[in-house]
Amino acid sequence: MNQPAASTSPRVSDEIRRTTCYMCACRCGIDVHMKDGRVAYIQGNRDHPVNRGVLCAKGSAGIMQVNAPSRLRKPLRRVGPRGSGAFEEISWEEALEQAAAWLEPIRRSDPSKLAFFTGRDQSQSFTGFWAQGFGTPNYAAHGGFCSVNMAAAGIHTIGGSFWEFGQPDWDHTRLLLLFGVAEDHDSNPIKMGLGKLKARGARVVGINPIRSGYNAIADDWFGITPGSDGLLILALIHCLVEAGRIDLDYLARYTNAPVLLDRASGLLRRDDAGRPLVIDRRSGRLCPFDQPGIHPDLRGSEGGDSTVFLAMLQEYLDPRHAPENVAERCGIPAARIRALAAMIAHAAFDQPVELDRPWTDFRGEVHRKMVGRPVSFHAMRGISAHSNGFQTCRALHLLQILIGSVEAPGGFRFKPPYPKPAEAHPVPHFAARPGQPLEGPHLGYVRGPEDLALCADGSPARIDKAFSWENPMSAHGLMHMVISNAHAGDPYRIDTLFLYMANMSWNSSMNTRGVMDMLTDRDEDGNYAIPHIIYSDAYSSEMVAYADLVLPDTTYLERHDCISLLDRPISEADALADAIRWPVVRPDRDVRSFQTVLIQLANRLKLPGFVDADGAAMYRDYADYIVNHERKPGIGPLAGFRGDGTAVGRGAPNPGQIARYIANGGFFTHPVPAEASYFKPWNNAYQDWAVRMGLADKPQPYLFQIYCEPLARFQNAAKGQGARQPPDHLRQRIIDTMSPLPIWYPPFDEAAQARDFPLHALTQRPMAMYHSWGSQNAWLRQVHGHNPMYLPMQVWERHGFAEGDWARVTSAHGAITVPVALHQGLNGDTIWTWNAIGKRKGTWALDEDAPEAVKGFLLNHLIHELLPPRGDGHRWANSDPITGQAAWFDLRVRIEKLAPQSASDPGLPPVLSPVGRGPKDLAWRVGTKGNAP
Amino acid sequence: MTCLPAATDRKLGLVIDLDTCVGCHACVIACKGWNTQYHGAPLSDMDPYGPRPEGTFLNRIHSYEALPDDGGAAQMVHFPKSCLHCDNAPCVTVCPTGASYKRAEDGIVLVDEDACIGCNLCAWACPYGARELDRASGVMKKCTLCIDRIYNENLPQEDRVPACVRTCPAGARHFGDLADPDSAVSRLVAERGGFDLMAELDTAPVNKYLPPRRKDRLENAAPPLTPIASGGGLAGWLDRMLGGG
Repeated sequence: MNQPAASTSPRVSDEIRRTTCYMCACRCGIDVHMKDGRVAYIQGNRDHPVNRGVLCAKGSAGIMQVNAPSRLRKPLRRVGPRGSGAFEEISWEEALEQAAAWLEPIRRSDPSKLAFFTGRDQSQSFTGFWAQGFGTPNYAAHGGFCSVNMAAAGIHTIGGSFWEFGQPDWDHTRLLLLFGVAEDHDSNPIKMGLGKLKARGARVVGINPIRSGYNAIADDWFGITPGSDGLLILALIHCLVEAGRIDLDYLARYTNAPVLLDRASGLLRRDDAGRPLVIDRRSGRLCPFDQPGIHPDLRGSEGGDSTVFLAMLQEYLDPRHAPENVAERCGIPAARIRALAAMIAHAAFDQPVELDRPWTDFRGEVHRKMVGRPVSFHAMRGISAHSNGFQTCRALHLLQILIGSVEAPGGFRFKPPYPKPAEAHPVPHFAARPGQPLEGPHLGYVRGPEDLALCADGSPARIDKAFSWENPMSAHGLMHMVISNAHAGDPYRIDTLFLYMANMSWNSSMNTRGVMDMLTDRDEDGNYAIPHIIYSDAYSSEMVAYADLVLPDTTYLERHDCISLLDRPISEADALADAIRWPVVRPDRDVRSFQTVLIQLANRLKLPGFVDADGAAMYRDYADYIVNHERKPGIGPLAGFRGDGTAVGRGAPNPGQIARYIANGGFFTHPVPAEASYFKPWNNAYQDWAVRMGLADKPQPYLFQIYCEPLARFQNAAKGQGARQPPDHLRQRIIDTMSPLPIWYPPFDEAAQARDFPLHALTQRPMAMYHSWGSQNAWLRQVHGHNPMYLPMQVWERHGFAEGDWARVTSAHGAITVPVALHQGLNGDTIWTWNAIGKRKGTWALDEDAPEAVKGFLLNHLIHELLPPRGDGHRWANSDPITGQAAWFDLRVRIEKLAPQSASDPGLPPVLSPVGRGPKDLAWRVGTKGNAP
Repeated sequence: MTCLPAATDRKLGLVIDLDTCVGCHACVIACKGWNTQYHGAPLSDMDPYGPRPEGTFLNRIHSYEALPDDGGAAQMVHFPKSCLHCDNAPCVTVCPTGASYKRAEDGIVLVDEDACIGCNLCAWACPYGARELDRASGVMKKCTLCIDRIYNENLPQEDRVPACVRTCPAGARHFGDLADPDSAVSRLVAERGGFDLMAELDTAPVNKYLPPRRKDRLENAAPPLTPIASGGGLAGWLDRMLGGG
């Protein structure tokens, strides 16, 4: 038979350039195939520790981001009213001169007049260093509106948390529990891990109000009611404790369960050197926890003081935690909760994992094997974006500890530089002095009231009120409060708001419309309430229109970056790892990488750390900084190829370092020794290795904090103890919420709202989109171009909805009109939609009649940064009272059926586009055929 | 009007695991990227930034909800769909010009774009909706099983798999010879009860799907927990667990 010939061996590319993806926060390695100097195809890098060759939809669509018509082209100066989008293009010289003209005087007089917040920044150790040199206390990234509850609860409990801190032991775990996972944290590793578990028949349990994505493939789905995860977790703990199915040996050795509690103060008993004290089971004597050879006694007592363990038993054996008493509130039958507890116990204790790897612990005891509990957990924003999120995250870590699975084979494993307990982190620095740098980093972990960022008069020192009595342990700052506080002049007025890569006039703010008004509001003299706004972004986002000066950033394929161990690491449990980005293509526009622009600004402003004693620039650009900056002698942004090119972790700057990274595929890894691979917080081999690698200054074995003493210190202050006292209106709340043992309390305002607003409303981020970036991408917007409000069957039937209907959704704060769709795999009291599909007309180079701009909508209009007034004279923040995390998922609504509408409401007026519109059609091909546009 | 080979030496195809697919669309976009840059005419996108974006895709994912027979909670299945390279491919026999054909050596169904007149008959004939007429080039596009990857001597051996298989983060897509009973894909089909999509149509698809496993079966899957100190309270608990003292 005659058969046409097919070409089977075309030339794929001229060259492969290996760099790091930035289509989301996951930071996979990518092979960028180049033809004629242009990007032809992007695939995953098989050697890369994060993604091992695979790549998600976003990563493969990067080619459509690099050619996106939404890319900004040149610096912009506002010429129309703020919010109009009317700009003129200016030169970089003019742009830098303008920025310096605003920044220089405030640095000289009062550096706190600058608020510098950097959104989804992956260079926080650099941007923070810049802000420190400037001297403003007002710096943070986006963690406060993302997942700080998870991070802070993790650090304070076990010395790390999920995602960037650690991962399930995918190769050994037999049971994985996923709680409320946002599917980009992290993206590919979780999918790869789920694939491994599925391939060997391990069990996956999804605990999430919404059954989609990972929860769709989970073997068991718990459609929990939002905000009650902590209640479920404490019920699981109750069942395990009641049945004695907890790991007593692990608790005695590695946690503060055997530490004595001082009855009078509620603080841990310590020796003169500050070491927590335990009773040695054999000698009966009081000893510091780390004394060689001792066996801490869970039942120890001395002078009338007993152990944390006893306090814990008393708390969790209480019948109020029994499944039967929480089932209704959680929306899960008691029998299913008991079945889950039984499955956890069965997997942990009936099938332990044993590895033949001897290791030595910090008390000098040699263990012949590594014995583990093959139950692992992963969680993210779903459980943390509630006003009870910190305690819920603590509860989840407690559950992991009780079954002995953290850092044990089959359980949860830290990734270098973690584990790192709270006491290994800095405390906040905040004292602004005219013309002077800050004395240390902005963000940190407070140990008690003495570490709060307060002025002499007790008022908050930071514009976002981080580390104040309102949210004492706000380790990531509160970016979502910056604009409203700056607008209100509370705690003080600022001069310049400088933002990077955060869509604060749109999907990254609560009360979106109110924020727009705050950004454009004027005082009685006609001046803007926030006098100057500088914004850097690569794309024509909604925030651009609200800037006075726009600094156009490059795309991720046109820049240098470092994914640093000083910052948000990409290590694996068995290896430290870091990576770079490098310009695999040159920008075809007059744009500069934001980090390089910051260096250029620092040089103009002569910021300490960026200029030498003579005022001469130390760094030419960000690449120069990446190679030559030393945070401590021998320790810089990149750990690999230091010194003569062979040094790891510690070593002199190597001018050839970036070339070595490029030759190595854009990343560097160095293995954790086998004997150091588990039990890292207590494992001598790991502790010594971490010091050699520059991850720690000295070995620092520590105990997991079942009892979190800093919380007790705040409670004591609220009870009137100590010199530093909270305002009276916060005392009771501090006592009620800052329990040193994990607790659950209802999300704030739930009782007040439940009658009028019976439903919970949530957002999820689709796996193929990353916050607001996806819609500008010609391929990804065809995957998710609209976002109906999904309703459960109960609501659908109760209101008589039919396909094509619309609804008005109302909260205590506002109302939106939106299209609806049925989703049966949904908690019966919950509705949800995709996050950030809705777009403002005129942005992202989309047509004004694009579905994203016509029918797309944001839930943000329904959520206020403050709770409704209670009549007590105070406006309480819609956030976690401990960390300040934005409580996005506490939202309560009611719904009414509407006939089909033509557009969602509120429909906001269009803004002028600084980039025009995209082409009418695309057939993107580069290379020899030459038919690329 | 176009003949199918009587038999093919091999039956190259995909095995797609519906128990593992999380619906992330990685395969959709990797396919779009590869096939826009390489085989035949690029996959175009009409109105890519406008109100009705409409691009050509060779692989799409549909998500379906199903209520289990036993009354349990609704389940969602993510269902990736591309050409199944049928042995009895109706898209081939319907082709008036011979542009649609099934390769004798490996069973891959292809379109010879030079001979395609864009009549759309094959797309109508395909019961799976797996073919799309590209509006910019006017030729019929479909999954080629990445014929320009799987034999491509310019790619390392390990990369000679379809783009969708190489990229799938969950490992839900498998590629191999389904005519060989000992191949990894054939064994997977045997072990997991792989099935033909709409078998009743007698298209004899080469691609197979692995069904979702039974879900929500946690009750009684582990021995129940029993309180160790019923009524004894804390003291009873301590005595049982830690001994007297």
